[in-house]
Amino acid sequence: MIIFSFIRRAVMQGVPLLYGSTGEIITEKSGHLNLGIPGIMYMGAIGGVIGGFFFEQTGADFSHWYIRVLAILIALFCSLFFSCLMGLLYCFLTVSLRANQNVTGLALTTFGVGVGNFFGGSLIKISHADVPTVTLTKTSSCFAKHLPFVDTVNKMAADNKCPKILAELCQTIFSYSTLAYLSIVIALIAAHVLMKTRVGLTLRAVGEDPATADAAGINVNRYKYVATCLGSMIAGLGGLYYIMDYASGVWSSDGFGDRGWLSVALVIFSLWRPNLAIIGSFLFGGLYIVHNYIGGLSMQAQELFKMSPYVMTLLVLIFVSIKEKKEALPPAHLGLNYFREER
Amino acid sequence: MSAVPAIELKGITKTFGDVIANQDIDLSVYRGEILSILGENGSGKTTLMNMISGIYYPDSGHIFIDGEEVLIRSPKDAFQYKIGMIHQHFKLIDVFTATENIVLGLTDGRYDLAAYEKRVQEICDRYGFNLDPKKKIYDMSVSEKQTVEIIKVLFRGADILILDEPTAVLTPQETDRLFDVLRHMRDDGKAIIIITHKLHEVLSLSDRVSVLCKGRYVGTVVTKETDEMKLTEMMVGAKVDLNIHRSDPVNPTPRLIVNGLNCKNEDGIPVLKNISFTAMSGEILGIAGIAGSGQRELLESIAGLQQLESGEISYMNPASGETEDLRNKSPRRIRELGVRLSFVPEDRLGMGLVGNMGIIDNMMLRSYETGRGFFLNRTAPASLADQIISDLQVVTPDAKTPVRRLSGGNVQKVLVGREIASAPTVLMVAYPVRGLDINSSFTIYRLLNEQKEKGVSVIFVGEDLDVLIELCDRILVLSSGSISGIVDPRSTADEKSLKEQIGLLMTKKVEDAPATAANVKAAEAAEAVEAPETGKEETERE
Repeated sequence: MIIFSFIRRAVMQGVPLLYGSTGEIITEKSGHLNLGIPGIMYMGAIGGVIGGFFFEQTGADFSHWYIRVLAILIALFCSLFFSCLMGLLYCFLTVSLRANQNVTGLALTTFGVGVGNFFGGSLIKISHADVPTVTLTKTSSCFAKHLPFVDTVNKMAADNKCPKILAELCQTIFSYSTLAYLSIVIALIAAHVLMKTRVGLTLRAVGEDPATADAAGINVNRYKYVATCLGSMIAGLGGLYYIMDYASGVWSSDGFGDRGWLSVALVIFSLWRPNLAIIGSFLFGGLYIVHNYIGGLSMQAQELFKMSPYVMTLLVLIFVSIKEKKEALPPAHLGLNYFREER
Repeated sequence: MSAVPAIELKGITKTFGDVIANQDIDLSVYRGEILSILGENGSGKTTLMNMISGIYYPDSGHIFIDGEEVLIRSPKDAFQYKIGMIHQHFKLIDVFTATENIVLGLTDGRYDLAAYEKRVQEICDRYGFNLDPKKKIYDMSVSEKQTVEIIKVLFRGADILILDEPTAVLTPQETDRLFDVLRHMRDDGKAIIIITHKLHEVLSLSDRVSVLCKGRYVGTVVTKETDEMKLTEMMVGAKVDLNIHRSDPVNPTPRLIVNGLNCKNEDGIPVLKNISFTAMSGEILGIAGIAGSGQRELLESIAGLQQLESGEISYMNPASGETEDLRNKSPRRIRELGVRLSFVPEDRLGMGLVGNMGIIDNMMLRSYETGRGFFLNRTAPASLADQIISDLQVVTPDAKTPVRRLSGGNVQKVLVGREIASAPTVLMVAYPVRGLDINSSFTIYRLLNEQKEKGVSVIFVGEDLDVLIELCDRILVLSSGSISGIVDPRSTADEKSLKEQIGLLMTKKVEDAPATAANVKAAEAAEAVEAPETGKEETERE
């Protein structure tokens, strides 16, 4: 059943994008256009790699369950720490020093990729590998754990004890790792918090009109800091997922590709709604790999297919601007810094 | 009135860089009274109020609430002392509903929108507001937005209310309704501070008046014991002539004939419906109407900035005596034809001036094509800038300071001054005194009167009916894109009934079919009679 395997791969492609855009939506709702997202996701990835690498170097015995839990926690912590640092740096520059957001964001992307490659290269040197990659098979296997009954159902199907279609369906829905499900959970929570809670109302107010939020007694800068750092950490998880699950623990320079920019595009595509981003991420993931499922495509044609998510984002942009529905527009103060006593 | 003031300021000083906004201000308000704060533009009224509401923090001085000294470091602190401010520029979030805006920033209790909506409705019922708690701000009229602002502070239980120029955007009827609500709140025991430029509002509403002048405190008087002249003198520091000298139009001839103008906005909704009128030379034609009734589109149509559905705009060129058709010509073409229209748009910084450029550079926006070859001619604009600064008493460090840094009144003077300098034959101005103090306003009125006496046809879109009645020779009233009547301000001796008449016309619903007939008749009448008596017939018929 080729359709099921296509869906599975689309979802796996979509998960890093979902993390990236959920994080970016939270950040943008505070009025900050963080174009450093690709760099931050890259940093999230290398953070996990560094943590995992040194933990594996200690020679810990991965057959114990607590070691496996520890491996996950260390990689997770390092990844969150690195991406949070990037978020803090961005906040310090744009919120406290009021630097131009676009320039700062683009600089952080370049910076993040550079730092990531620097650490990656150093690890390759330490490990004396023959190929220019870092391989973390053990840590990756901890992350990639999926629900046990999927295997059981597969086995039953192989033994003709249950219909094949059921096994495929079961696999399409239940075969992913914890991080993949977590991305959906985070997106749903984010959507709920943004639209249904006081914190969400306040955050949206900060992004729409910080002067109004300020006059309402809201600590605008604190909201901006928290939203941006939290957003960066969520985006960083996208990088971690990519390395640990999607790439099976193999890190190579620039392996992350343009997924960061796809995340930024997905924010626009999903009209700043994390729940729409879930569907959007799977759609983007599907469009990103669909060329593999169409036979006889030349290299050039494959690249054209990879472009399609961006084309769709443009179409959405055009459609939204024609319709002029206020709710579908970006936060009104997006990209503009706020200084209370500016006259 | 209680013995201890609800709020008392002592020796408040605030500076922004080198600019002293407030110096050594004393002020007190008691519960159960309305205090007006009066002062020219840039006299520091809003800055002072912002310090009470926690937006700014004073450099020195003390604030007492109910006799106890307090520190107000943020808007949150102000809420705690039950101080609520209704800002001149509404602080509302467009994409939120009324209720969402009202509860924004609250931290206590469970976040339950349905319950909040109920409480908002209760407040509306108690004070007689008419508001849908679920309506989005971008769907609201200006007066509805103001209602949201007022409910916002009431919702927080504020008993010291500060209103910064609340009537600037309201129709006379809406203003009356607002004042009724304010009096109701005063009788409820609340302390109310109101900032306004309009002296007659001060006199009719407030119990006491405090006057500021150039950032300093001049004094406080009991409203009953004062009058317009005394207050103006306190405000300006010198006697000011408060009469607008309206001369009779000399030899008026039709200058601009607008016939059957129709125009739609971007969404395809008609904004101008069958507009016909004639503007005469040497007269001031006033245009009254609720904000957004098509004033902007009408002026833009004449200036060539609006795509027309149908209709004709003819211009009688006084130099050649020929009739020019302005319809669908670009502003550039209109000028090339020798048709001179000077247009002061509503949004003075948005379309009139470039905020980041100095006065000289803004002058050059009209003259950048002159000069030898590749280089700009900077001498003429520079001397024009100096002339405007000295003639109109523009307060600015120098002619190169970005106009964005000037106060509203000075920006307006620069803009009007530039337009008048180009020696127009038709001068269109929209809200030229919006936000201006009394002194600057009268300077502008005098300038317009001078232009009229020179034979210029002045079209004046205004919001203050008193001024329209005193300044204009005829007043055309717009109601949602249609002309609902033309009024002669000289016709009735009683100004109040005239105001009511205009106010009713402003909200009058013009039915499509009869309106067309009436408009055509009005246009015919205006064209047929060249004397200013034209309007009188209109008034009588209405």
